[in-house]
Formats: sequence, structure tokens, C-alpha cells
Amino acid sequence: MSTGITKRIIACLDVTKGRVVKGVQFVDLIDAGDPAELAYLHATSGADEIVLLDITATSDARPILIDVVRRTARQLFVPFTVGGGVRSLDDASALFDAGADKISINSAAINTPEIITEIAERFGSQAVIIAIDAKRKPGVAVSAEGTVPAEVYLAGGRIATGLDAVAWAREAESRGGGEILLTSMDCDGTRNGFDCPLTAAVAKAVSIPVIASGGAGSGDHFVDVFKAGCADAALAASIFHFGIHDVRELKAQLQSEGIPVRLPC
Amino acid sequence: MITLIDYKAGNLTSVRKAFTFLGQESVVTDDPSLVRDAEALVLPGVGHFCTTERLATSGMRDAVTEAIERGVPFLGICVGMQWQFGGSTEAPDTEGLGLFEGRCERFQTKLKVPHVGWNQIRRSKEGEDSRLLAGVPDESFVYFTHSYRAPVVAGVAAVTTYDETFASCVERENVFGVQFHPEKSGDTGLRILKNFCDYASEWSAR
Repeated sequence: MSTGITKRIIACLDVTKGRVVKGVQFVDLIDAGDPAELAYLHATSGADEIVLLDITATSDARPILIDVVRRTARQLFVPFTVGGGVRSLDDASALFDAGADKISINSAAINTPEIITEIAERFGSQAVIIAIDAKRKPGVAVSAEGTVPAEVYLAGGRIATGLDAVAWAREAESRGGGEILLTSMDCDGTRNGFDCPLTAAVAKAVSIPVIASGGAGSGDHFVDVFKAGCADAALAASIFHFGIHDVRELKAQLQSEGIPVRLPC
Repeated sequence: MITLIDYKAGNLTSVRKAFTFLGQESVVTDDPSLVRDAEALVLPGVGHFCTTERLATSGMRDAVTEAIERGVPFLGICVGMQWQFGGSTEAPDTEGLGLFEGRCERFQTKLKVPHVGWNQIRRSKEGEDSRLLAGVPDESFVYFTHSYRAPVVAGVAAVTTYDETFASCVERENVFGVQFHPEKSGDTGLRILKNFCDYASEWSAR
């Protein structure tokens, strides 16, 4: 029986200094355009949701660019998530006030997990996305029980935490997180496909939706992450910015593979 | 002028932004006297049903009831729609308005809860002439995020299926409700909000 819910395709804008950029593992950044224009373009070409990440807010120890968020939100009528440098309830409030529907927290959630509950109690769990950057433990294979050893990193992948990705996802859910945005650091930027075993391990461990991120390079990769990876949504950046993939074309492929998507859109 | 009721449950910016985009003026208030005299009312809401308890203790509930009785167009969104039912098992001691029969209950499915994402609405027999859904094709996609769902009873204009079939849109005279987020549902959602605005301006011109 059809469940009715569709798998979401999320377009991500990595922003620094008010411009959308794309690079491999945060180096060799190429200018990809204006956030407001690109967000609108993606939303009108069939993306189900938009995520804007200020990729240098945490490393520069500065607040996120509120005016960019406000300008981007103005013409956007699909769910809009903003992340990068959210450290307090006040930071989150300012983003919601500027037009974000959800905020994504990563480093702050690990350093002060209470912030998850604090924001969820004020704005609802649906507004709190826990971003997890995870890296497989080298030389440790997937066990027979299906556990996938992976370590959580913070500060944009710069600092290892010792936390296990699956265990942290469970804790984040129990503290009031509404969705998990799981980025595979091993796959990010490679365009060789998502980390399906890790995505599936996290998706099976929590009851909240899991968004897979890192590695999208072709339509087949999305098919894999929705089937083998059990993802509820998949996020990509560069393949959409440079028009390698039309979102509608991608959705048509998913639909032909029996994956429910929002089409027409 | 649309009056958005602020009861400190989530964020009103998105809803307000959608009205602004439609060229519709709006005001946000937590003052029951302004609600009583409003030309059109919108009750957004996210999160836990118990937040609606604040409406009862602040005198807002009486103000809303009076406005509805006066014929003021009233749109509830998400928890705002659930409040139009008798109540919710999420907060059993908090009474809803009881405008529609039954109570909201948590999804009983083995699927993931909350139900988050884009899903389709189908008109009920009763919803064929829905003013809120005028011009919206059947099976249009809209954006949901909720763990509790309202029963399919009299007054339900459209339903949605997530393993179980539940009320996604209600409509009776001047009272409208949507479980989904029209402000986040692209052109379909904007059309629904515009239909509400059109009904509201017809009513206030009368």
C-alpha cells in the first residue's frame, strides 16, 4: 500500500561572504551565484526544499548573515532551512524572524546538547535539524548486525569528537531534534555516490526523517540512497548549481524506479 | 486586514510573508480585544497541542469564539486546525473548540512519525465545492509536518493518506482549517491562502 509521502530532493546553497560557493572539501571555492536568485531558481525548478549553510560562520566565529537569509526567504514558498554558526536560542530566533522555517545545528548541538531541547520547546521539533558530519572509522568493517562505525566531526569537519554517528543521532532525537542531516565526509565532494550503508544505519536507528548528504553525482546515486540507504530525503549542491541535473528530470527518473516523488512540481 | 494570532507557538514570519506576497496586509497580535474585532483571523501553530492552552488562559479562546459567531473568516493552520476539533490525545486536558467532531490522535502506523514532507490532498464528497480549495487540482502536493492527525468527520473537505487516511482540510461556513502548511506548499499553498483572502475581503465588503 502506498504511504503517500514522497521522497524529498533538497537543494543546498553553501554560502560564504553572502555568495553561493562550491568547492571540493571546502577548498578551491568557485563562485556559483547569488543565494536569493539561486534559491528561487531551485524552488521553481522542482526542488522540494532549500537549505542555506553559511560554511564559514563557525570558523570565522561570527553570526550568520541575517540579511542574506531575509532576502532569500522573501520569495521562497517551500521549506527553507538555515545553518552555520547557530550557537544559541537567540541566534535561532533571529533566523526564524528573518524567514527560516528550520534551523540546522551542528557544532553547538555537540558542545551544548541542551540547546536542541531549548529551541525545540520554543519553535517545535519540526524546526530543528541536527546536522551530523560523519567519517567512517578506517579499517573497521560493517558488522554482521549492520552497525556502521563512523565518527562525528565538528567545526565543518575539522575536529573529531569521539562520538559514534548512530548513537549521536539517537541522542539528538531524544533531545528533541526533528530531522537528521547526515553528511558523509568520506563521500562529500567526490560525486561517487552517497554512503548508503551509513545512511541506512542511521535511518533505522531513529524515527525522525534522515536527509542524506555528500557524494551525489548522478540520478542513480539518488535511486540508491532512497532504496539501499533508506533515506527520507537527499541533499545536493553542486550538481544542481551548474545545471548538470534538472530536478524534474531527476524526479522523473526516480519515479520510473518506483520511488514516490512530488511530480508534477 | 488579516489578523494573525500570536500565542508564542512557533514562528509567524513565514505565514505573514506569504500574505505580503499576495498583496494582503496583515497584523500580528496577542491582544484578545483586537481578535474580537478582526476582519479575518488566522491561527497558525506548530509543536505541541498543549500550547493552545495559552489561548484559553489568555482570554483568546473567548475572543475567537465571539469572532467566529459574528461570521469572521477564520483559518487554522496545523495545530491551529487541530484546535478546531474537540481536543487531542497529545494533551488530553486541553480542550479544543469542538467545531468539528472527534479528537486528534497520534499516527498508529509503523512508518516514521512525524509525517514530514510533501503529500497529496484529495477532496471528500463534501469538499467538492470547497471555497478554500477552489482552483486547486485534486491530488495536489502540499507540505506536512505533524505527529497527530484529525479524524475524517463531517466538515472535512479533503483527506490525505499516510498509511492511515486523515483530515487534511476542513471547512464549514466561515471556519477553515488545514493540517498542512500552505505558506510552505509552493503555488498550491499560495492559491489556498489567496482563496481565503478573497473570501475574507468579500465578507468584510458585505
